Amino acid sequence: MFVVLVAVLVSAPVVAVVLNGFVASGELSVPRGLPTMVLTTLGLMLGVGVGTLVVGGGLAWLVTAHRFPLRDVLVWLLVLPLAMPAYILGFVFLSTFDVAGPVQQGLRAVLGDGFRVPEVRSLPGAIVVMSLSLYPYVYLMARAALLEQSPATYDAARSLGAGRARTFWRVILPLARPSLAAGLALVMMETLTDFATVQYFGVQTVSVGVYLVWKGSFDFNSATQLSVLVLMFAVAVLAGERLLRGRARYHQHGGRGRGLQPRSLTGWRGAAATTTCLLALAAGFFVPVVRLLGWAVGEALRDPGSFVDPRFVDYLANSLAVAGIVAVGCVLLALVMSHAVRLGGGRSVRAAAQLTTFGYAVPGAVVGIGVLLAFAWADRVLEAVGVPGGTGLLVTGSVLGILYAYLVRFLAPAYQAVDASFGKVQPSMTMSAMSLGASPMRILRQVHLPLARPGVAVALVLVTIDAIKELPIVLLLRPFGFTTVSVWVFQLAGENFWEKAALPALVIVGAATVPVFLLFRQVRAADRPSRAAPLIAEMAETTGRSGR
Amino acid sequence: MRRPAALAGAVLALTATLSGCGFLGIGGEEPGDIQVYSARHYDLEEAFLDFEKDTGLTVDFIYGDDAELLERLKAEGEDSPADLFVTVDAGSLWNAAEQDLFAPVDSPVLTDAIPAAYRDSEGRWVGLALRARTVAYNPDNVDPTEFDPKETYAGLTDPKWQGRLCMRDSTEAYTQSLVAGLIDLYGRERTLEIVQGWIDNDVQIMSNDILLLEALDSGACDVAIVNHYYYARELDEKPDLNVELFWASQDGAGTHVNVSGGGVVASSDASAQAQRLLEWLATDGQEEFVGDNHEYPVNPAVEPDALVAAFGDFKPMPINAEAYGALNAEAVDLLAEAGYE
Repeated sequence: MFVVLVAVLVSAPVVAVVLNGFVASGELSVPRGLPTMVLTTLGLMLGVGVGTLVVGGGLAWLVTAHRFPLRDVLVWLLVLPLAMPAYILGFVFLSTFDVAGPVQQGLRAVLGDGFRVPEVRSLPGAIVVMSLSLYPYVYLMARAALLEQSPATYDAARSLGAGRARTFWRVILPLARPSLAAGLALVMMETLTDFATVQYFGVQTVSVGVYLVWKGSFDFNSATQLSVLVLMFAVAVLAGERLLRGRARYHQHGGRGRGLQPRSLTGWRGAAATTTCLLALAAGFFVPVVRLLGWAVGEALRDPGSFVDPRFVDYLANSLAVAGIVAVGCVLLALVMSHAVRLGGGRSVRAAAQLTTFGYAVPGAVVGIGVLLAFAWADRVLEAVGVPGGTGLLVTGSVLGILYAYLVRFLAPAYQAVDASFGKVQPSMTMSAMSLGASPMRILRQVHLPLARPGVAVALVLVTIDAIKELPIVLLLRPFGFTTVSVWVFQLAGENFWEKAALPALVIVGAATVPVFLLFRQVRAADRPSRAAPLIAEMAETTGRSGR
Repeated sequence: MRRPAALAGAVLALTATLSGCGFLGIGGEEPGDIQVYSARHYDLEEAFLDFEKDTGLTVDFIYGDDAELLERLKAEGEDSPADLFVTVDAGSLWNAAEQDLFAPVDSPVLTDAIPAAYRDSEGRWVGLALRARTVAYNPDNVDPTEFDPKETYAGLTDPKWQGRLCMRDSTEAYTQSLVAGLIDLYGRERTLEIVQGWIDNDVQIMSNDILLLEALDSGACDVAIVNHYYYARELDEKPDLNVELFWASQDGAGTHVNVSGGGVVASSDASAQAQRLLEWLATDGQEEFVGDNHEYPVNPAVEPDALVAAFGDFKPMPINAEAYGALNAEAVDLLAEAGYE
């Protein structure tokens, strides 16, 4: 019941937008070249999917199963490309690597004027950049999955004579599959709704089509109808995710494990591992950060007076407060939903839970308008039944609208992360707890929550970072006087004051390190001998013996 | 789990205190006398502070995207707090007027200050700042006599420009508006030929006017079409920028221009004050409103800033807001038909 309610609440804005598009009369204007846009979208999703899977999955395996120089720092640095807002990355990347950028200039200076590199502003260029900035979704999920793996399975495989490589392909990878699929689904939806990066790289996806119709043809109704097409892609992605997870259920024996025992890499192997991580970080993180630092320093020297905006503290406080509230809210909802599904979710509960993730597959600006429309209707209904003034300016008069829209959009990453962790909890554990008479609340607190802890931590980080850098919703729904760091960046970057925008952009990256740091501190704490409640220990005993 | 939760709680409490509990929109500061939705941001804050000094009226504003703010206005309906809506495109102004979002204003101050070409005949909106989209070139590689002085934009289809052109992408409103202007001037068929001619010349598409200017400066492109104020800004920062401006089509229809402007919101409960702000922006505040961004004032009594004044006078192509608005969709379609990225 609860899950259905959440699903209704979360899908209301999306439904409002779509209905609004269909109800309004007038003919649908379809952008020319829509079939090509569909193909381009597919190509981009495929490329970025493979890219993030290889980079994110590979790095997670590298840092979890091995020890090498700088590993302890790299392990959390590798999350940070996620903190780079897309509306910054496109310009920074092209201004660095395109024809007039320092890289090609340098190459031409060395190799002569005739030197030409392949066009950077292209589909392959976009795939590379998006893969290198979105891989942390897969990386975080995969790492949580690897940490959750109980050593029993791994040890069993090894003791039966399987080598490390064979164990990886036959045991570790299949066990991590649900998490990889969940991370991949998030990457796909992010790719689907991205407008900033694809616009910079000249890649015409279906989302670009939606924007062209909305902002180029002044036809919002057709644009919303087209966004149904984007939603269909998302349905396909989620169906694909279910397929990838497969019918097989990979539940873990013996509760939360110590995970894999890392192997030390020394000499050139260690150096190679470190270099691999640094290379992965180069394009998605180091290049933009160095470039931004350069601009920030230049601006500080040029105009020290206006360099620091005194309202900066306010903006940052706003960003952090909203992100914190939304992260906690989304994760709580995700936990309760996964829990409800587990405790006896029928088809409808499952479907409802899945429905809540679609908000992530709708471009932020469209979700924002959906919230406005949903409240406008509520307002009219309230006035019709005699409430004077209706809801008034509830949405845009306070931050409630922003919080609601964020919930709609970011429930997906929270649910994907938590649910992937739940997938590895043995149903027999839930059943034992139930048959022992534990109340649903107690099962959530003492069984499900502790077992899904890595997923919960990942969910908190993902939502916090996403919420800090989110732009279109806050730009559209904020009340007067409410500015966040991302709005601040955009006010400057949107008008091409890149030198001035550099510092606030770096602040976003800095703010994102806080949740990342907390996550890894928490993970390290979890690495220590388990402080599990007696109930779990007891049940681990039972299920360990009576297993599947 | 417990400690990060406690920490998050502490952060929340701290931020709530820092933001003075105005955070949830409850008990926040008193709203200003005039509330503005603006798609333009350039130093608006300072202009509004000066307005307050002049008139005692306080102004709050929210910055956002043209099309998105318009949808917000529509959804908020009668409840909308907005009194003035400022956009950065003549087509958007026309579109907002079409949707009855502006209340007509009868103001002798505005009709005196702004030439009829830059305001709505029914008084629903007025233009405030002008920008030109013209040709810029690298003087090492281009002699300005190479340009067609009559039909400069169309002249770039000449094979002599093969491999030398750089332009903005088709998702950019500047590109769409320029092409809409060309459709208005030449009709659809001829404009399609022009766009195809650019493509046949292997025009290199870039995603940002600053990138275009840097490409010109470095010699990676010979000719680009840019907004004049980006050139002014780059020149301001790098006086040795190796780029020159050429006023397009001076012997013909004139250089393509577009206008930023605004109108009083129909649902406003402070329309008299909003009108006063509009009048101030067109007169006493005009210099400040346009100058910092190196735009051209619509008010002929106001001088452009020194840097822009040095570019010399030019003949603008007349703005037809209805055409820009109504033809923008056709421009988008035409660009796609031509295969212009």
